[in-house]
Amino acid sequence: MEEKEAVAEPKEKKTHDKNEVVIEIIHLKKSFGSKDVLKDINLTVHSGENVVVLGRSGQGKSVTIQCIVGMLIPDGGTLKVFGEEVADLNDKELKELRMKIGFLFQSGALYDSMTVRENMEFPLTRVLKLEDQGEIDKRVEEVLEAVGLAEAIDKMPSDLSGGMRKRAGLARTLIIKPEIMLYDEPTTGLDPITSREISQLILDMQKRYKTTSIIITHDMECARITADRVVIMDDGEYIAQGSFDELHKSKNKLVQSFFKDIS
Amino acid sequence: MAEEITIPGWKKWLEDIGEQVSFFIRFIKNIFVGGFEWSEFVRQCYEIGYRSMMLVGITSFIMGVVLILQLRPTLVEFGAASMLPKTLSVSFVREIGPVIIAIICAGKIASSIGAELGSMKVTEQLDAMDVSGANPLQYLVVTRILATTIMVPFLSVIGDVIGLFGGFLALNLRDHISLSLYATKVLASLDYTDFLPAFIKTIFFGLAIGFVGCYKGFHSSKGTESVGLAANSAVVTASLWIFVIDAIAVQITSLLFYK
Ligand SMILES: Nc1ncnc2c1ncn2[C@@H]1O[C@H](COP(=O)(O)OP(=O)(O)OP(=O)(O)O)[C@@H](O)[C@H]1O
Ligand SMILES: [Mg+2]
Repeated sequence: MEEKEAVAEPKEKKTHDKNEVVIEIIHLKKSFGSKDVLKDINLTVHSGENVVVLGRSGQGKSVTIQCIVGMLIPDGGTLKVFGEEVADLNDKELKELRMKIGFLFQSGALYDSMTVRENMEFPLTRVLKLEDQGEIDKRVEEVLEAVGLAEAIDKMPSDLSGGMRKRAGLARTLIIKPEIMLYDEPTTGLDPITSREISQLILDMQKRYKTTSIIITHDMECARITADRVVIMDDGEYIAQGSFDELHKSKNKLVQSFFKDIS
Repeated sequence: MAEEITIPGWKKWLEDIGEQVSFFIRFIKNIFVGGFEWSEFVRQCYEIGYRSMMLVGITSFIMGVVLILQLRPTLVEFGAASMLPKTLSVSFVREIGPVIIAIICAGKIASSIGAELGSMKVTEQLDAMDVSGANPLQYLVVTRILATTIMVPFLSVIGDVIGLFGGFLALNLRDHISLSLYATKVLASLDYTDFLPAFIKTIFFGLAIGFVGCYKGFHSSKGTESVGLAANSAVVTASLWIFVIDAIAVQITSLLFYK
């Protein structure tokens, strides 16, 4: 587990009562054709922790979290979630794992033939197989309330703004109360104010539902608000990690380049 | 690794065939996993069946009229004008009706399924459904393929009736024939060996249309232009399949019935 530059040892112990390892990635490799996207990824995420991954575009950040949910199969290394190797799971086990993981797509990925309400109901009826309509309604209203979309419940996704769509996407992933949340660029394409609201929402959700999260972002403000720990990725490897402030003070040029716009 | 730039065409083609077979197997498996999506299935039947009815009706009507107008001079020349109802009904019910209607459906239904699922793919909705632990195959594919498999035969039966009625109106442009006489002649000239094989092959046409639409949509690549490509290649491939199935069906029926 060598790091090119260990800026500081992560000090997650202080904030988390349970120190259980939820996601463990060791020497993860993935290539597409002759292109090595992930070369040697090492990352351990503990229960209840918010880990922010920073990295330039096209470095394989999305590929990493797609491996975590089994959308992509790694070429080498280990990737364990709740102690189980994801690549070795059969369909049923993978489905069970996916029920514990919420994945927020960059676009929100709302089902655009359904209303917001139907979007929220979909995972409840299809994944959790709930049948009691009262219970379903209650959970839908509760989660929409939490993301501030209560009044948009009967709208179609095409009638929502970008920020609302992202909130709705967030609500739909949160509704099954996942233990792990994976956010792929949750604030990209939003104005600074809405971005900050979404970041705050991510933080609130972590507090409220006690989720463990990996947040991929280019947005330093989002990283500052949400991160317990920041990891920087470059050229298929994670090159530095530490708290936001620790990395902010780093002397490493590449790390610096991420923080240069921040006073 | 270096050869990835020039994968030979036949290899890609074989891969695609393999992929289609596995998609079909997964479709069959997912029919039988618990929790059939009835409401989505009914919605699809409505979308596919009801919304195509107008188009199928108009086309069949015109085909019936045109066929009579085309056949008439030749048959009159042979003094066989009274054979017109029989000629029309046999050719329409056996061959022209099913194939034309299936081609129309390929154009309307396969393309819309391909475009719909393709755009769901592009906007990551399919991935989102999959990753959430829901089953997109069961919800989207099984319902659509079963709906086309049921609705295309239904549409062809309706098309047959409307086409034959168009023929009746066309006949009345020159000759006079009452509807009841026409109907009697038509029914007398048709038996189950005309109707049944044609009906069975439309079931396969429906299956092919739904399957190709879903397959192309699910396997479109991730750019916006790929939605159009998915729709387009769904129509082309489905039409091709219809002719292939038709050719096979003709062989089988002629072996079984028309010795
Ligand atoms: N399914 C795939 N097939 C082939 N190549 C892929 C696939 N997914 C990703 N890639 C390639 O892997 C590389 C990394 O992609 P990835 O989406 O992980 O980047 P990223 O770090 O998330 O960038 P961004 O910040 O722009 O989202 C890219 O060069 C991309 O072309
Ligand atoms: Mg990405």
